[in-house]
Amino acid sequence: MEAFLSEWRVRLKPRRIEGTRTPRDSKPLIGVGIIAALALLPIATVLLIALFGTTDTAQWAHLTTVVLPNALGTTLFLLMLVGLGTVVVGVGTAWLIATFEFPGRRLFAWMLILPIAVPPYLAAYAFAEFLAYTGPVQGALRAFFGWQSARDYWFPDIRSTAGAALVMAAVLYPYLYLATRVVFLMQGRNIADVARTLGAGAGTVFGRVLLPTARPAIVAGLALVMMETLNDIGAVEHLGVRTLTFAIYDTWLSRGSLSGAAQLAVVMMIIVFSLVLAENWARRRQSFHGTRATQMMSRPARQNLSNGRALAATCLCAIPILLGFGIPVGVLGRYAIHRSEQFFTPGMQEAITHSALLGSSVALVTVVLAFAMLAASRLERSNILAGLSRLATLGYAMPGTILGLGLLFALTSFDNALDRFLRTHLDISTGLLLSGSAIAVGYVCTARFLALADANLRSGMQKLPPDIDNAARSLGAGAGRSLFRVLLPLLKPALGTAFILVFVDTVKELSATILLRPFGFNTLATYVYENASRGAVEEGAAAALLILVLAMIPVLMLSYALGRDRPV
Amino acid sequence: MTSFVTRLTVATALLASPLLMSAAQAQDDVVNIYSYRQPDLIKPVLDAFTEETGIPTRVLFINKGLEERVQAEAENSPVDLILSTDISRLVNAKEMGITQPVEMDELNTAIPQEYRDEENNWFGLTRRGRVIYASKDRIDTDEMDYADLADEKYRGQICIRDAQHSYNLGLFGSLIARWGEEKTEQWMEGLRENLARRPDGNDRAQAQGIYSGECDLALGNTYYVGLMLTNEKEPEQQDWANAIKIIFPTIGEHGTHVNISGMALAKHAPHPDAAKKLMSFLASDEAQHIYASQVFEYPVKEGVEPSDVVKGFGELRADDLPLSEVAANRKAASEMVDRVGLNQGPTN
Repeated sequence: MEAFLSEWRVRLKPRRIEGTRTPRDSKPLIGVGIIAALALLPIATVLLIALFGTTDTAQWAHLTTVVLPNALGTTLFLLMLVGLGTVVVGVGTAWLIATFEFPGRRLFAWMLILPIAVPPYLAAYAFAEFLAYTGPVQGALRAFFGWQSARDYWFPDIRSTAGAALVMAAVLYPYLYLATRVVFLMQGRNIADVARTLGAGAGTVFGRVLLPTARPAIVAGLALVMMETLNDIGAVEHLGVRTLTFAIYDTWLSRGSLSGAAQLAVVMMIIVFSLVLAENWARRRQSFHGTRATQMMSRPARQNLSNGRALAATCLCAIPILLGFGIPVGVLGRYAIHRSEQFFTPGMQEAITHSALLGSSVALVTVVLAFAMLAASRLERSNILAGLSRLATLGYAMPGTILGLGLLFALTSFDNALDRFLRTHLDISTGLLLSGSAIAVGYVCTARFLALADANLRSGMQKLPPDIDNAARSLGAGAGRSLFRVLLPLLKPALGTAFILVFVDTVKELSATILLRPFGFNTLATYVYENASRGAVEEGAAAALLILVLAMIPVLMLSYALGRDRPV
Repeated sequence: MTSFVTRLTVATALLASPLLMSAAQAQDDVVNIYSYRQPDLIKPVLDAFTEETGIPTRVLFINKGLEERVQAEAENSPVDLILSTDISRLVNAKEMGITQPVEMDELNTAIPQEYRDEENNWFGLTRRGRVIYASKDRIDTDEMDYADLADEKYRGQICIRDAQHSYNLGLFGSLIARWGEEKTEQWMEGLRENLARRPDGNDRAQAQGIYSGECDLALGNTYYVGLMLTNEKEPEQQDWANAIKIIFPTIGEHGTHVNISGMALAKHAPHPDAAKKLMSFLASDEAQHIYASQVFEYPVKEGVEPSDVVKGFGELRADDLPLSEVAANRKAASEMVDRVGLNQGPTN
């Protein structure tokens, strides 16, 4: 279970390593150092531009007095609403599932995770269509009440900060559901039983016992929700919500101020790092291991509910699934079915091929790099190595727009310098070697998702006691041999999961891809975006549906583990 | 022992090779286009070009940051031709030094002077009037001044798209040129108070807003109405278009604000000859006619008639303000939008 859970986290602080010493062999250090440097290149570039770029003082004054306060206000309001929504829904449903018995509970237990497969931009498209004047909801209301036009009634506007918060909360609450459910199931159960034997009712147990116990998990889950919210550009753009991410994009690309954008990006980095620190701080005290294996395997006894309450619980669990999964799949699925010929158009076939190629190359590279870092720290336990691999995974906390921005400048500078050099000295032209190809897109996805692979392999590795390779070593195998012959095969499941997770996230990635893709390189995500940006979401529905189907693979794997309904 | 790693590496290299190919791919005769215009809208014209000359085109749709990307790519940029949907982007591209002058008689004769750069760095292809969409049922008048949009009698009745969108900034820029900053800012505050909802959606969504009764007036470009009127796939859009009439507003004694879509040859264009062929084709009667009939824009070329649908909208009398002034006021307009908080919608 923990392996599955931790993949959804940024694991920036590896487990404390005992007996650290200075490295004897510098090879692992150099290797990990190179990986970290490459992964950090985009972030460093943005920082450099922010520090040394030319600043138009009048424009900077405008940015700080008008643009930044608005964007910051909107962003904080959005974060607050999304945070509130995800905590209420995520923790609430986790509690219902863990504590009570009601119709549909077993089904809901895994279905509640499904919305996590829906990227926020797809959810935004679907909600906007669903709740539009011409959509089914308002249409039904008009038909039912006999209203003639929008003047006859009031209907909340989805294209607003609150609307965006609804959309985000609907697909992001599973982060909290997953994090707290485990706590309620494993650790909370025993103390909850104690509280109950002392006469506490269900409400008291939840408020006074379970909730405080789950607090670290809630903070950790919340930090992830907030990072996903900050990272989003597609949903807020579609819903017209001008967040900080949007302001960065806009400052650079509409107002033509690169350094202004980079400086706003630094403000954003500060927020993100506070979230990362909060997450780390919260997880420091998070431990939900039972003391004995038998305890962990025992099935929690759930309370039966009276008919009325059981019905209420069923509805409460069904609503988030309908919102976060039902609406996106319903709306996009309906469009896609009406246009099934779209699946076979050349443009679509190309997008599928590109997505598959990009996803699998990025997943392969990422898994190899993550394994290399892990192998290095297994061979040479040192603080420097641990610190470097932690740095290498920072990209995950950065919005794709910022990484893309940094990378565009870093890569084009490199490409042009290389080209000039080779032209003068060898009369060879390499052109835009990296930035002119899909390598740029692959690079940015690798830098961003390295953390996913790393977290997954790391937790897989932690399950393997050091005795295993010690045994191999004592039998005469060298460090490398024991690594590849003993650990690697044992890590296969973790390698597989890491591959799938990175693959899916790469396929979903939009903001950096749209910025860096070369000619003729549409992925499923950019295909959907191109259509949505000209107001024709329906034309991209088939591609959107494919993204959803792909994104469901890891979710179903996770569900399978949860479906057995006990700690794995 | 290392076979696993080797296999992984080989597999990765194999997978990555097609990705590399797109970089190395160098065709001699092709026109690479970075476009702010939706690929679907320019496809008919480009197809006609390829059919006539045998030169294929490749389009990369970029909706933001096109000039910045070309600038970063510098001398190795693959782009030949830049297509833009408004004047300030074209001027910006010239100022950033990513375009080059083109001296061609065909272009100079086909495109009137007011729609091309003095130094021939950019050329207008089509004109698009920023007009007022008005409800057929609820708005009696057929004549308006842009100034009327700030009139209190339209409180809560107006819809506009994102005020930072270049179409709106173009209009605001021309108002600044005509009225000065102070009057324009007062007007913008009045417009903000008259909004029915927060600025959002594209021009199509504004027509939908009138159809649904949310608003009575909206700002929009003429060609959207043509596109909706002829939309076979989504017939309900015809209802939206039929709910509105087009008013060509004036700026005092001046005519309607008109923006252009246009083209510029990239400074480091790898295929300049092919690109120039495309440029002259785009200015030809044939391409101008396709634009007019399929995209419902006003051709820049004298003698090429707009489509019948467009003629049905009424007579366009364009403001004769030089487009360079519109572009020069873009930044002021953009900051004014922020200051006034136009995108936040009405204050009450």
